[in-house]
Amino acid sequence: MADLVTRNLSVKAGKATLVHGAHLSLARGELVALLGPNGAGKTSLLRSALGLEKRASGEAFLSGADSEKLSPMQRARRVAYLPQQRPLAWPNTVRDVVALGRFAYGAAPGRLSPDDAAAVERAMELCDLTAFAERQTDTLSGGELARVHCARAFAADAPLLIADEPVAALDPRHQFRVMDMIRRFVDEGGGALVVLHDIALAARYATRMVWMKDGDIVADGTPEQTLTEARMAEIYGVRAHIDGRSVEIEGAI
Amino acid sequence: MSERLLLSGLVAASVLAIFAACLLGSTPLPPERLLAAFMGGAEMGDRLVVWQIRLPRAIAAFITGAALGISGAALQGLLRNPLAEPGVLGVSASASLFATFSLYYGLAALSPWVLPLAAIAGALAATALIALAAIRTRSVVTLILIGVGLSNFSGAAMSLLMNLAPNPFSLSDMINWMLGSVANRSFQEVGLAAPFIVAGSAILLMSRRGLSALTLGEEAATGVGLNLRNQRILTVLGAGLATGGSVALAGAIGFVGIVAPHIIRPFVKHDPARSLIPSALLAGLFLVLADIGVRLLPTSNELKLGVVASLIGAPAFVWIAMRRRALNG
Repeated sequence: MADLVTRNLSVKAGKATLVHGAHLSLARGELVALLGPNGAGKTSLLRSALGLEKRASGEAFLSGADSEKLSPMQRARRVAYLPQQRPLAWPNTVRDVVALGRFAYGAAPGRLSPDDAAAVERAMELCDLTAFAERQTDTLSGGELARVHCARAFAADAPLLIADEPVAALDPRHQFRVMDMIRRFVDEGGGALVVLHDIALAARYATRMVWMKDGDIVADGTPEQTLTEARMAEIYGVRAHIDGRSVEIEGAI
Repeated sequence: MSERLLLSGLVAASVLAIFAACLLGSTPLPPERLLAAFMGGAEMGDRLVVWQIRLPRAIAAFITGAALGISGAALQGLLRNPLAEPGVLGVSASASLFATFSLYYGLAALSPWVLPLAAIAGALAATALIALAAIRTRSVVTLILIGVGLSNFSGAAMSLLMNLAPNPFSLSDMINWMLGSVANRSFQEVGLAAPFIVAGSAILLMSRRGLSALTLGEEAATGVGLNLRNQRILTVLGAGLATGGSVALAGAIGFVGIVAPHIIRPFVKHDPARSLIPSALLAGLFLVLADIGVRLLPTSNELKLGVVASLIGAPAFVWIAMRRRALNG
């Protein structure tokens, strides 16, 4: 059974329709890439599916419950949400930031139950941060910081992960490292929905690709089914050469 | 562990400072006579000096500072900005305006309770406005701008009242009170302000966990399970009550709420939640010491506590602001 389902979900801002009648699903064991140009409505779709943004019409369920009716804590236990990255307000230690992932369980930095502490340790190990545990976050590189954010999402032990551009502004090596972590999360039984702008990266990792344009989901299927030269032209307005799961973008149309 | 050390150190220093405040002054009072007065023994005169003059004044300075320190630390956590303080949200200014208003119309002369109650009403009016705005908006910048608007309006209205002051006495009353001082405070006045300060501090302490989550930014904090709207309301309400109480007791004393959390933060791993109590203690300690200084300085007119606090605090504020600019571009 799918853990996140939206039916006919629409989001409006004033008169503009940001998302139009979206049918989206995410189940455990899936790594879904959400693709589309800037302004296609990807973030609005995610936020309204999570119940963080008011929807104009349609339905959204998280593990069977209407996502808008969930309290923030209930929601956080069902899905770990990594929004587009904002700088941290204070130079906390890595361990304390990762510990914030346990907020929904009543934990606070410096006040962790044995369960919380174990989850934090596990998440830091998974993201290769154990050596950084006591470092202040303002001394980390962008790639290291991205791993910290992943770790705090994993520390929540939620069955689902929704990540909005988790690899934006990372070097290629860190892009792969972060995607590897997300794939491991999926291999261990989680379900991940990830907004990506790098089509090649998405094609390599995704079990399913959801393509958006102008507020509509225009395609949803495996990379083999949906990744075509025609679609690249339609969605992004680029000429691309596609060979199986490999993508080479040759230029704008 | 180091936090426990920090806390016990601050508590010990605060107790010592309050003790010293009772010891020092125009009438020298040796420790043994002070202790006797504390125990209820000693001469009438000593007891009077300690219980009616020095102790209430020292306590007033301490709880004023503590209220400003905890409010500043909480607002900085909420707004994710080390330059936030009760003044930023216009709470101090509104409290001052209401108090000035009661002075201008002579309402304050009707009863000694009018002035403090007016200050608290002003703080609560500002807090309510901010709380309403916090429900409607998602943006912290909007809240700060509303605070700037409130501060400016209150400042202008106060200037107007001073311009129109009917006689030099009410003018000097207003100035005295706007500059901030704990001179001649009694336990009665402390008792009126304390419930608000205690209630506000309790609300801030209860809701402090959310301040840690806000380190991640509002969107991500919501994602880890924070009810952002409730957090905003509780922090604004708590800071409003505590600040209102402090303004009622001592008038407008600025910058303490910025400086104390700034010094504390490195000792608590920059966690806003863990900075609340130490910031309150340090700010209280700071005002008790500053007030001792005010009393001991051999000036013809006693300096105002608020002036001394600003003389120390304002340069620190500028320094923090400039360093922040260098760090964050």
